[in-house]
Amino acid sequence: MSLKLPIYLDNHATTRVDPKVLEVMLPFLTEVFGNAGSRNHAFGWAAQEAVERAREQVASLIGADPKEIIFTSGATESDNLAILGVAHFYKEKGKHLITQLTEHKAVLDACHALEKEGFEITYLPVAADGRIRLEDLAVAIRPDTTLVSIMWANNEVGTIQDITAIGKLCRERGVFFHTDAVQGIGKLPFNVASMNVDMASISAHKMYGPKGIGVLYVRRGRPRIRLEPTMFGGGQERGIRSGTHAVHQIVGMGAACAVAADAMRDGEAERIRELRDYLWTKLQENLDELYLNGSWEHRLPGNLNISFAFCEGEAMMMAIKDLAVSSGSACTSASLEPSYVLRAMGVDVELAHTSIRFGIGRFTTREEIDYAVQNITDKVRWLREMSPLYEMVKEGIDIKSIEWTAH
Amino acid sequence: MAYSNKVIDHYENPRNVGSMDKNAEDVGTGLVGAPACGDVMKLQLRISDDGIIEDAKFKTFGCGSAIASSSLVTELVKGRSVEFAMSINNAMIAEELKLPPVKIHCSVLAEDAIKAAIADFKQKRAKKADAVAAASAASE
Repeated sequence: MSLKLPIYLDNHATTRVDPKVLEVMLPFLTEVFGNAGSRNHAFGWAAQEAVERAREQVASLIGADPKEIIFTSGATESDNLAILGVAHFYKEKGKHLITQLTEHKAVLDACHALEKEGFEITYLPVAADGRIRLEDLAVAIRPDTTLVSIMWANNEVGTIQDITAIGKLCRERGVFFHTDAVQGIGKLPFNVASMNVDMASISAHKMYGPKGIGVLYVRRGRPRIRLEPTMFGGGQERGIRSGTHAVHQIVGMGAACAVAADAMRDGEAERIRELRDYLWTKLQENLDELYLNGSWEHRLPGNLNISFAFCEGEAMMMAIKDLAVSSGSACTSASLEPSYVLRAMGVDVELAHTSIRFGIGRFTTREEIDYAVQNITDKVRWLREMSPLYEMVKEGIDIKSIEWTAH
Repeated sequence: MAYSNKVIDHYENPRNVGSMDKNAEDVGTGLVGAPACGDVMKLQLRISDDGIIEDAKFKTFGCGSAIASSSLVTELVKGRSVEFAMSINNAMIAEELKLPPVKIHCSVLAEDAIKAAIADFKQKRAKKADAVAAASAASE
């Protein structure tokens, strides 16, 4: 089999729609086009049946009841709905929420919006491995705290938080617990009951489903969670999320969940983890001065985030242009600031500029990783040959001892 | 980042990468930028007694446009006078490479590197002149 370039190694950004998922979706763009809200004819019934079946598929993947699944336009909306929804509904009880510094922008910016409304937010710090300390959370919870939002797995460094323990603590202290579970769901087992989760955000396109569709899991039962909607209209999704059901996308999300459940049983995570470990081992054999970002132990199987010291991230991505990856370098961001996730973990700003994120997925092959290893090795050597810093280090000069002029 | 073909060309085929002996009397070295900011340029110029830049070498840690800016600068100054090199400013570099606005600082850094290298050379010359003067004063 010949290798097709460029090679996609950015599966945290998005994933390719699984052909099995696409096949299930297609009829809903053609003959089965009804509005799931049309209760009085066959077109509507067919659509509604499809939506409910997808709801069951999503629920089954996370150990939930189908009634606890709210379809949204994606995880950004799910995060916003969970955070703004709880904050607004319970504002008489309290106006304090807790999250962490390394959350996705969908959570952080929703929190910033609440701050402008007079809410108070605690942003928990993380340790070098990217995890919060339970003690910090225990201290941060106050009588007026209504919600804790801590992501399951981080999108940059793949660090997995101890959700079960965090959920348990929140339950003991009587605050709701939301987790942005986007990066982990469909890749690792997730169970809302055993993991003490009250709300979870899920995105289809991170798990080989279509873009533009997501879910907010909202636990039923006591104590009941009430959300103030962020979208008003036809009262779909129990009034929490109005808007005509995007039936083809919902069906795709359901199928993606079913396919993911099968893949998990067939050992997909282990296969991906082996490829990731192989990539890391080979790179370390070939190159010096590589630094792993994030926890090795508590990590998504497909994630590898490395700082290639002395090779600036954007230059690196230009050099390995046959590989689609992502970087925490300032030069690749609109803000010209290096990754806030790496900075929060205490990664040196110099090293943050040289970080590259690899996301290995369902369709990644061993052959592609072999190509990547050779390509990265050659290009890192080439860039280091051009790097004054690498030269200085090889001459025994301590770069930190030099007085650099910031610009 | 959408770069011009010129940036891509200089990045993929950088001109005059390398190092000279920084202790040599006829070599001026400029080291500008900071690792924390994501770019560091080292520019070295070998300058003849009559003020002609005979050779130029660079090493750069930085993004594609930082590498391209330094590569371009070595091409511009090679074989030219110190006066000409001093007249190169960041706008000329940015214009030549069609740098996007967020990358203008790369061209500023390249201009700084030229000025720093020439200043280093002049300092060496001044020290040498002082040493010669001191030596001749001592021998009198």
